Amino acid sequence: MVNVQSIPSPAIHTDERSHEADHPSSLLALFGADQPLKLDCGIDLSPFQIAYQTYGELNADRSNAILVCHALTGDQHVANVHPMTGKPGWWETMVGPGRPLDTDRYFIICTNVIGGCMGSTGPASTNSASGKLWGLDFPIITIPDMVRAQAMLLDRLGIDTLFCVVGGSMGGMQALQWTAAYPKRVFSALAVACSTRHSAQNIAFHELGRQAVMADPDWHNGRYFEQGTHPHRGLGVARMAAHITYLSDAALHRKFGRRMQDRDLPTFSFDADFQVESYLRYQGSSFVERFDANSYLYLTRAMDYFDIAADHHGVLAQAFRGVQTRFCVVSFTSDWLFPTSESRALVHALNASSARVSFAEIETDRGHDAFLLDVPEFFDISRAFLQSAGKARGLKQDRPPT
Amino acid sequence: MTMQQPVLPLTGIVPPDTGHYRGDHLLVAQMVERGSKVLDVGCGEGDLLQLLETRGIDGRGIELSREGVNRCVAKGLAVVQGDADTDLINYPDDAFDYVILSQTLQATRQPRVVLENLLRIGRRAIVSFPNFGFWKMRLQLLIGGHMPRTENLPATWYDTPNIHFCTIKDFVQLCGEINVKMERAVALDLYGRPLRLNAPWWFWNMFGEQGVFLLSRAGKAR
Repeated sequence: MVNVQSIPSPAIHTDERSHEADHPSSLLALFGADQPLKLDCGIDLSPFQIAYQTYGELNADRSNAILVCHALTGDQHVANVHPMTGKPGWWETMVGPGRPLDTDRYFIICTNVIGGCMGSTGPASTNSASGKLWGLDFPIITIPDMVRAQAMLLDRLGIDTLFCVVGGSMGGMQALQWTAAYPKRVFSALAVACSTRHSAQNIAFHELGRQAVMADPDWHNGRYFEQGTHPHRGLGVARMAAHITYLSDAALHRKFGRRMQDRDLPTFSFDADFQVESYLRYQGSSFVERFDANSYLYLTRAMDYFDIAADHHGVLAQAFRGVQTRFCVVSFTSDWLFPTSESRALVHALNASSARVSFAEIETDRGHDAFLLDVPEFFDISRAFLQSAGKARGLKQDRPPT
Repeated sequence: MTMQQPVLPLTGIVPPDTGHYRGDHLLVAQMVERGSKVLDVGCGEGDLLQLLETRGIDGRGIELSREGVNRCVAKGLAVVQGDADTDLINYPDDAFDYVILSQTLQATRQPRVVLENLLRIGRRAIVSFPNFGFWKMRLQLLIGGHMPRTENLPATWYDTPNIHFCTIKDFVQLCGEINVKMERAVALDLYGRPLRLNAPWWFWNMFGEQGVFLLSRAGKAR
């Protein structure tokens, strides 16, 4: 028989993931029956909780808060060691002392999104009404729902206005939603590798990922936790497919080419002969260790539904009418998931609204993932944008520009 | 060529630690009222925008080259990548007090349309361009029999972004045709110094290396 390998079972088991979903290794804000989260689907979610991390100090007049919004598979652990994987935070290149989002200067907040699986209420959390995990009983959530929950957290923290809201990919969608929904609460916004709407191609890729999860017999219609299983194969395949969309042909060719993995000749099997296969399998299997399959379904759905213009009679510029927020929009040349054309459409709408906007397209072959990687030009632009906005905001410029 | 000292009465504009600005930039900055909102079309690396910001002007920019845009954004300027020929249409009417087109008109595909757009988007426009009627240009064509090349326009005819050269006389004529009011006109010599004010047009057209015009829509009291 031809040798076959599939994605191995995760080393971290459902119990551990489930524990992190209810009792996160993070700060936690609980919202009781008197403070429901009003969801776009019409349901009031209550009670619910938001898990979040903060870095740096809030200044006396509460004017230096930056909200970092995470992407689809990110979480609140932006600049600390991840409690489950033990790996560094996902944006440590961007957030920290002396980094563009300088924790010596700004107060950084990052929340796990509603629907996530790292401590904010989502399908992996326990439904207090039934005492069971939510699973597919969890209501469908949207990007505006995530932002509404974040706004409730800021109310709780006594932060009226954000100095900046920053995010890439799904995080960028949240940043843009912030400026459209709460323009007076956002002094500046840095939206990276994102769009004001999810394209048909992107919805198609998400549907592929969801179908892969649902096709896994271990999914059990979303009640896998009761069966002691996790659809790691389906979720792994979903992640592998998605991961290809985060890269580029050029980057794959540069990193792997047609090189073989620990061998010189093909094995004439379905083993991972090629380095690129081995890499993708690794991406799939490491992802399923830390991520809940149902959460993946919900969050991809939230992105699919995202379309700011649709809420404003199809005219994007209307969404940003009269907005005083300072925008910085960044795209990457090789990003085909959120191509520059999407950013340009946003910039045109912002221009039509007479918003103050900077827009830079950065040349790189690293695809959509570039926003998470070490791209000095991106850091320079982010740093300068925040410094310029900080000057306008009257923040202390105690550190000379580097 | 070394940068010339500013010859205009512009005390207070140049911050002591930022070196010297181009003569035409200083002239343009002088034409812009403090506290106004300005769009610089073809803003290059943002030198003029930085000068304007020192005067408390809310400046925005459009630049074609990605390198230029990214340098501007890295200076904290509000600049977007875009093309004067295709992207001005996205800006609403009266969005700015001034729209500046500095040394860019000759590189546009449709100078007339661009000019009309400038005065649609802005209440006023400031346009500077190299004068093809400058005596050195004329001399090179007349005596040398080749396409002129100067210190400020060194590109060869086959490798130049400048596809629509005009003379000061041509530009004045275009302004008349599209009903544009010239509020102020200045010709600068090779060193960025303004020519004497009372000179006749033919003199400017011969000895002005570039023209700088402050324009507004004719027929409307503003």
